[in-house]
Amino acid sequence: MQIFDLEAKGLRALNSTLQGQGPDTNETAWEIVNAKGSHAIAVGLTAPIDVTVRGSTGYYCAGMNAEATVRVDGSAGPGVAENMMSGAVIVEGDASQYAGATGHGGLLVIKGNAASRCGISMKGIDIVVQGNVGHMSAFMAQSGNLVVCGDAGEALGDSIYEAHLFVRGTVKSLGADCVEKEMRPEHLEILKDLITRSGVEARPEEFTRYGSARKLYNFDIDNAY
Amino acid sequence: MAEDEKHSIPRTVPIQSATFTPAVNAEIRRAAATGIYDIRGGGAKRKVPHFDDLLFLGASVSRYPLEGYRERCDTNVVLGTRYAKKPIELDIPITIAGMSFGSLSGPAKEALGRGASAAGTSTTTGDGGMTEEERGHSTKLVYQYLPSRYGMNPVDLRRADAIEVVVGQGAKPGGGGMLLGQKISDRVAEMRNLPKGIDQRSACRHPDWTGPDDLEIKILELREITAWEKPIYVKIGGSRPYFDTTLAVKAGADVVVLDGMQGGTAATQDVFIEHVGQPILACIREAVRALEDLNMHREVQLIVSGGIRSGADTAKALALGADAVSIGTAALIAIGDNDPKWEAEYQKLGTTAGAYDDWHEGADPAGISTQYPELAARLDPVEAGRHLRNYLKVMTLEAQTLARACGKNHVHNLEPEDLVALTLEAAAMAKVPLSGTDWYPGKPGTGF
Repeated sequence: MQIFDLEAKGLRALNSTLQGQGPDTNETAWEIVNAKGSHAIAVGLTAPIDVTVRGSTGYYCAGMNAEATVRVDGSAGPGVAENMMSGAVIVEGDASQYAGATGHGGLLVIKGNAASRCGISMKGIDIVVQGNVGHMSAFMAQSGNLVVCGDAGEALGDSIYEAHLFVRGTVKSLGADCVEKEMRPEHLEILKDLITRSGVEARPEEFTRYGSARKLYNFDIDNAY
Repeated sequence: MAEDEKHSIPRTVPIQSATFTPAVNAEIRRAAATGIYDIRGGGAKRKVPHFDDLLFLGASVSRYPLEGYRERCDTNVVLGTRYAKKPIELDIPITIAGMSFGSLSGPAKEALGRGASAAGTSTTTGDGGMTEEERGHSTKLVYQYLPSRYGMNPVDLRRADAIEVVVGQGAKPGGGGMLLGQKISDRVAEMRNLPKGIDQRSACRHPDWTGPDDLEIKILELREITAWEKPIYVKIGGSRPYFDTTLAVKAGADVVVLDGMQGGTAATQDVFIEHVGQPILACIREAVRALEDLNMHREVQLIVSGGIRSGADTAKALALGADAVSIGTAALIAIGDNDPKWEAEYQKLGTTAGAYDDWHEGADPAGISTQYPELAARLDPVEAGRHLRNYLKVMTLEAQTLARACGKNHVHNLEPEDLVALTLEAAAMAKVPLSGTDWYPGKPGTGF
């Protein structure tokens, strides 16, 4: 285990060191101490290393992550795992707004609650929130899966494209073009896999699926004449 | 026989309304028939105060000119000197503006890369990610970071020579991107992670930051991902240039890109293009004032765009304080857009060469704003790239000619004092004297 004191060595040294790990590095386990809510911790990683951040983080922790597993032993500020490509990010506490924004791949697990706009513009990422999500979550979500084990706030899935949304609790309201959809066997399989991988104690049958009505996909033009 | 005819009483001649013009009436009828607003490409077509309303004074007894064809007049520019480890060094102060693959064909993007590289300047991606055509043929490529984040990934981010955070653009400040179903081909759909054939409307603001304080942190993240090597540009539409430039600098921009309302777009509502934002002439001095107030003029570089057509426009923009200009529409025309040789096909589309702006429909006879392979194949990227190189060369020679006439050995030495304005409006916007006077509206100390 490599211990990195962020306060003592600084952000540039941290990211430079972690980004410098190649695919075959044998220094695969890292622990970051004295994070103290710093922004842009462990961003742009490219190797299959395991990074644990002790304490809470500021904006954009694990931004654009690829291959690495980043654990936040605290809560995460806005934009955790934004634009993630692959790998995994696990937040032990809560996540602020825009968690997993525009993510293309990988798995984001939030063990507490996620604030507004969780999964905004998601493009293939899988997000599992063990608590609740705030308003406008999955806004313009393009693809991937958002699993909410608690409740969802207002305007869930507004202007959604082809992402799958699964909510176990209540939904305060659905956004434009987002509707409740049939839960078919393939969706139960997706849920089962995500529940298992994220360590959630839940059954797929407890969830309701939401997705796009596809009524906003094309302009409404009167061609009747 | 009617009494009027017998006595030949004169009748009033038909008079067309200056308010309800034929074009206005046609648009009312089109709207009534379809129920959808007009969507088109390009920039503002209305007449607005522009660089044509400015003149250079040239040298005289009080100023000493440089020999037009012999004496040195440099044109190089370095962008990103504030923080980036690897600033971009260009031979000419004219860059190619951001235009997406999707809105443009692959050959068109290749042609832009070829022409820009041959001329010693940069080109820019757009709302759709980076293609091999443009990376492979652009020696210097600026990668746009847009609200949609289509195709955004850290590999391409690191392959770029600079990063341009797009907050807005001149054609539609406050508006998001638009790409209609006809142009969402298999390749475009895959790059953008969207269903094929949908009318794609992307977000107008970024998904993970909302103000200048957030933007500062976002820029920090981008720098950390790219090892502080890349210049970070912030592109803004010409709406509130003083405050937007101030906030972009505060957020840590290396370069501010300022786009006036004449700047083109691939597609948006006509009402947006013609009624939102300001002409670039009204924006430059305000942006420069912001930089000067922050003691950042020349340390943070200013690129301006929106209706730049010639070396004269370039020289005037530089004289007003810009470090470089950027061209989009002009570059497309140089590689063949709206060429009269396709007139017969423009007629079939209900338009004419020079007026074709239905870029969103993808039926461009010139093979530029299309995703149909048979149309795209019409554009020879090598030949089109040569045309762009030649055009950039002419623009540069023109700017040098004007700079030498004003006695400057670098185009950046041009200054507002070299200019006068032909109209009150241009004088007020450019803050240079009305021709024949030493005054402009709002000049400090004049009382009005």
